[in-house]
Parts: sequence; structure tokens; C-alpha cells
Amino acid sequence: MDNINHLVVTAKQQINSINDLTELDNIRVQYLGKKGALTALLKNLNSLSADERPKMGQIVNEAKTLIAQLLQEKKEHLVNAELNAKLATEVIDITLPGRRSQIGSLHPITKVRTRMEELFRTLGFDVIEGPEIEDEFHNFTALNIPEHHPARAATDTFYLEHGDYLLRTQTSPVQIRAMEEFGVPIRAIAPGKVYRCDYDPTHVPMFHQLEGFVVDENITFANLKGILNDFLEMFFEKKVATRFRPSYFPFTEPSAEVDLRCVLCDGEGCRVCGNTGWIEVLGCGMVHPKVLDAVNIDSEKYTGFAFGMGIDRFAMFKYQINDLRLLFENDIRFLEQF
Amino acid sequence: MRFSEQWLREFVACNLTSAEISEQLTMVGLEVDAIEPVGADFSGVVVGQVLSINPHPNADRLQLCEVDIGQPHALAIVCGAKNVYVDMKVAVAIVGAVLPDLKIKRSKIRGVESLGMLCSETELGLTKNIDGIMDLPIDAPIGCDIREYLNLDDNVITIELTPNRGDCLSLLGIAREIVALTHSKLSLPDLSKVKPQIKDKFPVNVTTQAECPHYVGRIIREVNNAVVTPAWMVERLLRSDINTISPLVDITNYVMLELGQPLHAFDLSKLQGSICVRKAKEQEQLTLIDGQKINLTSDMMVIADDKKPQALAGVMGGADSAVSTNTEAVFIESAYFDPIIVSKASRAYGVYTDSSHRFERGVDPKLQLQAIERVTQLICSITGGKVGPINEVSASKYVPFAPSIHLRRERISRVLGVTIGDSKVVEILQALGMQVARKGDGWDVSTPSFRFDLQEEVDIIEELARIYGYNNIPAKQMRADLTIKPCSERQVSLSRIRSLLVDKDYREVVTYSFVDGQLQGNLFAETVQPIKVSNPISSDMSVMRSSLWPGLLKTFLHNKRHQQTRMRFFEVGTVFMQNSNDLLQEQNLAGLIYGDITKEQWGESGRQVDFFDIKGDVEALLQLTHAKGSLQFCATDHPALHPGQSASINYLGNPVGYLGALHPGVSKEFGINKSIYLFEIKLSCVYNALIPEFKVFSKYPVTRRDVAILVGEEVKVEDIISNIKANGLDLLRDVEIFDVYRGEGVADNQKSVALGLVFQHYARTLVDEEIEDAVQVILKGLSNQLNAVIRG
Repeated sequence: MDNINHLVVTAKQQINSINDLTELDNIRVQYLGKKGALTALLKNLNSLSADERPKMGQIVNEAKTLIAQLLQEKKEHLVNAELNAKLATEVIDITLPGRRSQIGSLHPITKVRTRMEELFRTLGFDVIEGPEIEDEFHNFTALNIPEHHPARAATDTFYLEHGDYLLRTQTSPVQIRAMEEFGVPIRAIAPGKVYRCDYDPTHVPMFHQLEGFVVDENITFANLKGILNDFLEMFFEKKVATRFRPSYFPFTEPSAEVDLRCVLCDGEGCRVCGNTGWIEVLGCGMVHPKVLDAVNIDSEKYTGFAFGMGIDRFAMFKYQINDLRLLFENDIRFLEQF
Repeated sequence: MRFSEQWLREFVACNLTSAEISEQLTMVGLEVDAIEPVGADFSGVVVGQVLSINPHPNADRLQLCEVDIGQPHALAIVCGAKNVYVDMKVAVAIVGAVLPDLKIKRSKIRGVESLGMLCSETELGLTKNIDGIMDLPIDAPIGCDIREYLNLDDNVITIELTPNRGDCLSLLGIAREIVALTHSKLSLPDLSKVKPQIKDKFPVNVTTQAECPHYVGRIIREVNNAVVTPAWMVERLLRSDINTISPLVDITNYVMLELGQPLHAFDLSKLQGSICVRKAKEQEQLTLIDGQKINLTSDMMVIADDKKPQALAGVMGGADSAVSTNTEAVFIESAYFDPIIVSKASRAYGVYTDSSHRFERGVDPKLQLQAIERVTQLICSITGGKVGPINEVSASKYVPFAPSIHLRRERISRVLGVTIGDSKVVEILQALGMQVARKGDGWDVSTPSFRFDLQEEVDIIEELARIYGYNNIPAKQMRADLTIKPCSERQVSLSRIRSLLVDKDYREVVTYSFVDGQLQGNLFAETVQPIKVSNPISSDMSVMRSSLWPGLLKTFLHNKRHQQTRMRFFEVGTVFMQNSNDLLQEQNLAGLIYGDITKEQWGESGRQVDFFDIKGDVEALLQLTHAKGSLQFCATDHPALHPGQSASINYLGNPVGYLGALHPGVSKEFGINKSIYLFEIKLSCVYNALIPEFKVFSKYPVTRRDVAILVGEEVKVEDIISNIKANGLDLLRDVEIFDVYRGEGVADNQKSVALGLVFQHYARTLVDEEIEDAVQVILKGLSNQLNAVIRG
């Protein structure tokens, strides 16, 4: 008895003092192995009397179980400690930036233009483009701008040293080309570059317009108001107030300019709207019967509207860009913000 | 058009506030750009007269003035301005006055008491940057409040007029619009006839009746043009941005602003014989009032006397017959000139005047007689004079007549989308001065002579809409048939192409379509015939781009100046070319890369970009089309590119684009020693896609064998691969290049190429022997046909 108790106490002390899995296994062999101390005691049971044998057997087995359990606990402890030590050496600073190839950026004019195209596509508008070098007929004559009209003055238009060609001053000639090519009914937008001989802090010689036009039976000025109000609301993603003011374009009649309640100050008055609470965002009107006549479309049967807006101007409002010229300077510090 | 609000109110008595007038005009299409008070807000400033000027006892730069302001005692005022003189009429801010920037108190200046201040125009907020004390006309009443004297409780209204509304280039025209809106009463200035006092008539002969169908003139003798134009007139002219010249000129300008009729006063003593309105003769010359000498051509119309042209009709008078302070007799001209001939003349000589501006847009052809009576009255009352009878030359068949237009009731709602009641239609049109008679399905409308812009039915409909109010027309959704639009998978969308490049770290740029002719010339030598702009903004925007590269390089230089060391740009845009007589305009896509391959990052050693980086990006673009097979890269010469690092991109044998390193000669000019890599390709080649056709793939395992060969430098990798493929037969699935090595262990003029040969059978697993055999066939081919030596 005492012998067994002593054995267990010794084993316990040994297990406690050990910090190494190999030594722990040596202890296991020392007590529980084939030649171990407890195994020897079990073998000795045969030499005991039948009375003592079960009792003694139970004591030895209990000791064996106890030591096995101590060994297991210690093993788990040592394995855990070892893993923890390993993990501790593998800690990284997760705040370091991720490694990757960077992504670039789209020009804000492209972003706005694409967005405009998407909005009009939802209404089934075609997106078409026309030439940037134009002739007088498409840029002026067919648009009811007679030869001596102030809009034809050389001060506004870039002419080329090549025949009678010029750089289009507006996207409206695409109206003419589209009606010549596709006839009516037609529902289309024509975004693109336009050119005017003007260069100062608020004018650049090249900018971007988006022309839209619909010619069909039963198209009215009320429809023009409807579509532009919806467009502006969807573009700026907020409720907007507009006002339509009579204006003049040779190729539309009636003509209007559209003011939008300033999207930055909500009409309170700010630098962008020049304290008027309104910003002028586009020109529009009902296609002039003479324009339809010029492309052989029956202006009695068909009516239509057209509108034109400055993509660059919309980009400036949308992203609060304070200088038009930034759009064409292509400074990385500007481009990377989009 | 800029004008005084008070003046406008003389034409129309309405009880609208300034803000309401502004709002209403804007909403009928006369956009009010600004409404600004004439002077700053100030009080306590009166007219005074300087009685004496004495030196200040304690200060060299100051003077002591005695100023009479109509009080029992003259005021002693210290003043520093140099332009003060005895008897000068001045604006005096008396003690207690409040000026925009200061309050006037009794004070001592260098020991001498000063009881007020003499004011400059700047100090009263009348103009900017005019130094010196304001010099008032000698007849300014002493003691009168300056606000009252100069009529400062007024606003200047600026209207941005559209070119169709020439009729609103006068106070009368604007007043007519307000009358139509508010139904108030129009008050005209006194237009009654002046009874002639003398019989002199200057002969007038018009040979160009079509261009000048109505010419009215008269002589006025015994005028005194040396008097001072009354302050009220000067102020009104100034508020319309017209400077005072002399009473006769000022009066003609004044009546032009009132009624819209440009007028001209000739010095009668300078005219010989008679007036002749005629076409100029070739080589005739005329010196204009502004000093410009012009060479006339036979399509210009002039007002000539018996000797020579004395005015460019409708544009500007000549210097020789201009009135001066000595003028004693004048010939006044009031005419209707054809818009086109005036516009041509104006443009031909670049002379734009208040007169040409009005004639170009159309002057009321019925206004000439009224205007000459009005100007006569004012001349008589201001300069004095004896009036001659009116000489009128008229060719009524050429006078533009206002058309009668039929307006259909149904058409109104067809265009506007709103129904306007019959009585409202009539009311609006009549308020605008039209005569309306019911006829058939609508009305016959006669338009007034001053409305050049009303030519057809739709113009009348616009008038209705304008006065009815655009904002009273409802907004309605459009209705149309729903149809599916074509949308082909054979086209790669531009947004996909852009996304690919953006995801590859390119930034999109938008550059001008006109570029520096010299830069473009340097880059493309004589391969490109430039399309020149006739009237460029500047020399660096003088030709249309034939490539996107000049713009990308300009962008590069801009950013380099701003310390950027790594750049990746792309642009999509039109390029322009001449092909014999045709102009070609097509869309290109181009890119530029420079500097490190990636942004600097920790744990990675960076490297500079090279040819194969940009080639890889172009290959990725071409992969979008699934048509990579039809495109080849071929070594080429391009004037803009490094001769040994440039390639053309060929589509079915024709070049559709180029890529490579910018020519070191150009880089050197830019002051850079690292290489810039560029590509440019016709967008149509990246657009047109093939629709993929699925091919069954083998399910059996692949086996790879790596080999390394030594070949001469002149052997292209492309040749190696095609040689291998030709000999690899059916078993070879793919060839990978995993290393190209030169240096130790490899002879000069040679390179070592490491290849991975990938084998697979479509129907079974390959056995080692057949792979070994296939490798041997391939190696044999390489050594026989390309003199390759097999390494290890």
C-alpha cells in the first residue's frame, strides 16, 4: 500500500517538474511502459492471495489511471504552451497597407457623360456621335442659322485651312445628320466635343456637350419639360426645382433656357450660383419647322424637341469643381480624386 | 443692354418693385443679368463751390479751401487733392455725412480745423479708381443734395438680350414688354413735329434703295456744340455705358437709347454738294471717327457727299465730317439700313458699334421720322438751333413689311401641350401690339413693324407661351412605342475598355484636339500632313492632332513639372488626318507609362516599366476582342519611337497601331533620361469582337517538359515558338517562355531561352516514351532549322 502511495506521490512530483514533451514521455514509460513500475506491480498480483488480489488490483489500477490522467493533462498543457509560443512569434502588424497593384481613374467628364447616357438609355434613347470637323451646312445652315447671323461670326468659330470646314461649335449638327440617316421617329442623344474660339478663366476652346432630341407625332413642349425635370432629378439624385425661361436658338422655337435651383446652396445663394439661387444648366426648345424642312421631314405631322447641356458644367456642379480649366490640365492631383 | 431703372419707369408707370421688374423681364426672355445700385449708400453730401484755396500752414501737401454750400458761412475744408481749383463745383461731405467707408466729423488736420471733406467719385462709390475730386458741371446748384442732383436713387439694369430681340435694344422696347405683361400704360417721350424755321434742305440721293429703303435727314443751323451736356443726360448715358462726347453726339446717342434708332450728325460745313447713299467704289478709302483708315470694296454701302465717302452706312461716321465743338450747322441722318449689309461691313472691318449692333438685329422701319423729330427737339433745347425741313427718301417696296400670319388654334396645343383659351390668346397677342382677326380654324395675326423675329406661325406660338408663362405649362411624361434596340455582342463596349485600363492603374485624361504643330511635326516627321486651324488661340494649339501622343506627352510634362515620378495615362479621342483631299476623323485609344511598375510599396523591390509592360497591356486589350489571332506585333520604324524598341500592331497585315519607347532624342529634349512607353491603336480594332465558339477540351492529364536552348540573338522568340508548334504535332498543347538569359555561360551574340513544353492527348493519358519522342522531334527541329544548341 504505502509503496503504491509513495509511487504515485513521486510520479506526481516528477510530472509537475517537467517542461518538455520528451521527458514527459520518459516518465510515462517509467511508470506505465511494459517495464514500468506500475506494470510490474500488476504482474505481481498473481503472487497475492485470492482475497488480496482484487483489492490490490483495484488500488494499482486506480494509481495507473491517476498517473495516466496526470500525464495527459501535462501533455496537453505542454502542447498548448508550445503552440502559443509559436503563435506569439508569428504576430504581424495588420495595419501595414495591403500589397496590390493600384487602380487608376476615369476622367470626371467621362463619368458624367456615361451617367447621362445611362439615364437616357433607360428611356430608349440611342447614343450617336457625329464628326467634330463639320461643314457650314450641318453646323449652321441646316440649323436655321443664316449666313450673316451673329452666331456665325468668326470670333466664335474655329475655321480650318482646308476647304470650307470648321470645328463644330455645338453638338446640334448631329441632329441633322441623324435625321438624314435614320429619319423619324427618332429618340437620341449625341454627346461629344465642341469648339469655340474663347479662352479665359471661365471659357476653354474645347468642351463637351450632350445634345438630345426626340421627333415624333404628338411631341410637345410639355413633354420637354417633363423629360428634363426627370433627368435633372435623377442626375443630381435629389428633388430639384427648375424654371424654364424663354430664350432664343435659331434651330428651336419656342426656345428656353433652364435654370436649376442651385444644387449646392439649395437656392440660398452662394459663389457657384452668383448669389442668384439659380444656375443655368441647359438650353432647349421645340425643333424649328425649318430644321425639319431642311431634312425633308413633314413639320406638320411631326413635332420634336431638342436640348443641349454642357457635360463639363454638370461635372463641375456634381463634383464641386471650382475651375473649368482643371478639367483639361490633367494634373494627377486632380485626376486621382475621381 | 444696360439702362437706368428710373428712365425705364418714365416710359411705363407700374407699381412693380425693382426685384419684380427683374424677375418678370427674366421670365419673358429678357434675362436680367444684374441689377445694381448706381452709387453706394451714403448721405450728407451736397453740391458746393470752391471760393478760395490757400496753402495749409503746417503741411506742404495739403490745402485749405473755402467752400460755399449755400449756407450763411462758407466752410473751411482741408483737402489733399491736386485738381481743385477756384470756382470748381464739388461734392462736399458735410459734418455728419455718412460715406461708404467713413463718417465725417468735425476734426483738426495738422492743427487746422476742417468742416467736411471734398469727395472723389470713388469715395462715393460711383466708379472705381478715379482719383481726384469729382468735378461737377458749373451749373450744378449749390447746396443741392448730391443724391438728388445726380439722381443716385436709381439702379442700373443689365439685360442679356438674345439676338432675335433687336426691338428691345431701347427703353421703349423694354417698356413695351412690361406693358404687355402688366397691362400698364406706355408713356412715350414727346415725339411731336418741330416746325421748320429755315428752308435749307440738303439734297439726298439714294442709289441703293434695296439696302436703304428709308432715309430721312434735315439741316439744323446755328447750333452751339460748345455747351455742356446736361447732367441728367450725361448720367443716363453713363448708366448705359456710353461716354459723353459733345452735346450733339450725346443727344443722338440718347435718342438711340430711348427709341432704338441709331442716328448720325454730320458737320454740314464739311459736306460737299449732296448726300449720296451708294455702294463704295473699289479702292475708295474712309477714315472712321475712331481713327481707323479702311479700304472700301464695292459691296460696302457708304454715305458719301459729292466728293467722297463720309460714313460707313450704319456702322460708323467718318472722321472728316464728324461734329466738333466748333460745329455750327449739322445734317442729321435717321435711316433704315438692311441688317445684312451692315453686318457684312461690321464684320469685314471688325468694327462693332452701338449703331451696327442695332441695324444688324433690325431697326423698326417706321421709326425714322419720329426719331428725327425727337432728336431735333433735344438739339434745339440744348444747343439751340434753327431747324430745316425734313428730307425723306423712301422706296416703300423695299421697306420690310410685317407679315400677316395665320395661327391655328389646334397647332397651339400641338406644340405646347397645353390649351390656351381663345380670349387669352387674343389678349396676349394684342398686348404685344399685334392685330388679331378671327379667321377659320384660328386667327390672322398682323405683327408690329418692330418685331423682325415674328415670321411664321410657330413664332406667334412662342409669343403666346412666353407671356402665358413657360412655368404655367405643365410637365408631362412623353409617350412612345416600346421597342428593343440592337445591342451587339460583337462590339466591346467603350466602358469595358476604359475599365480594363483603369483597373490596370491608368488614369484617363482629356486633352485638347488642337496641338502644337511643332511638337506633332517632330514626332511624326513628314508622315503626317497637318490640318491647320485658320484662327488658332495660340501656336501650341495650331493644328488638329493626328495622334493622341502629343496630348499625352504634354500631360506628362505638366505632371513631371509637378514632381510626379510615376505616370500611367490613357485617352480615347478623335484624331484628324488628311488623305489627299479627304478629311479623316477617327477614334483612337492611346496610353503612356513611365517610372516604376507599381507605386512604391513595402516588402517589394520595384522596377522601371519597360516595353513588355506596355505590350502586355495592349495584349490584354486585344484579348477583350477574342480576335487576338488576327493581330500581330511587328518590329517597325516609327519616327517618334526608339528604332530598336518599337512595334506596329497589324490587323490582317495592315498597321492599326504602334507601341514602343519614345525616341531617346525626344526624351532628351524633354530633359528626361528614363524611357517613356507609348501605345496608340485605332479604337475600331479594340471594338470589334468575335463571339466565342466553345471547343471541347481534353479531360486527360497534361505533362510538362522544360528545356533550355541557346540560339543566336537574331532568332526571334516568335520564330522559336512557331518552329516548336510546327514540329510538336497534335500532342503539344502549349509552349511557355519562362526565361530569357544572357551573360555568364552564354556566348556573346547568343541568348538562352528556357521553354516549358506542355503535352496532352485529347483521348487518353500519354506515356513517357511518346512524350520523350515528341520532345526529341521538337529539339531536332530547333537545332536543324534555327541552329539551336540544347543546354543540359
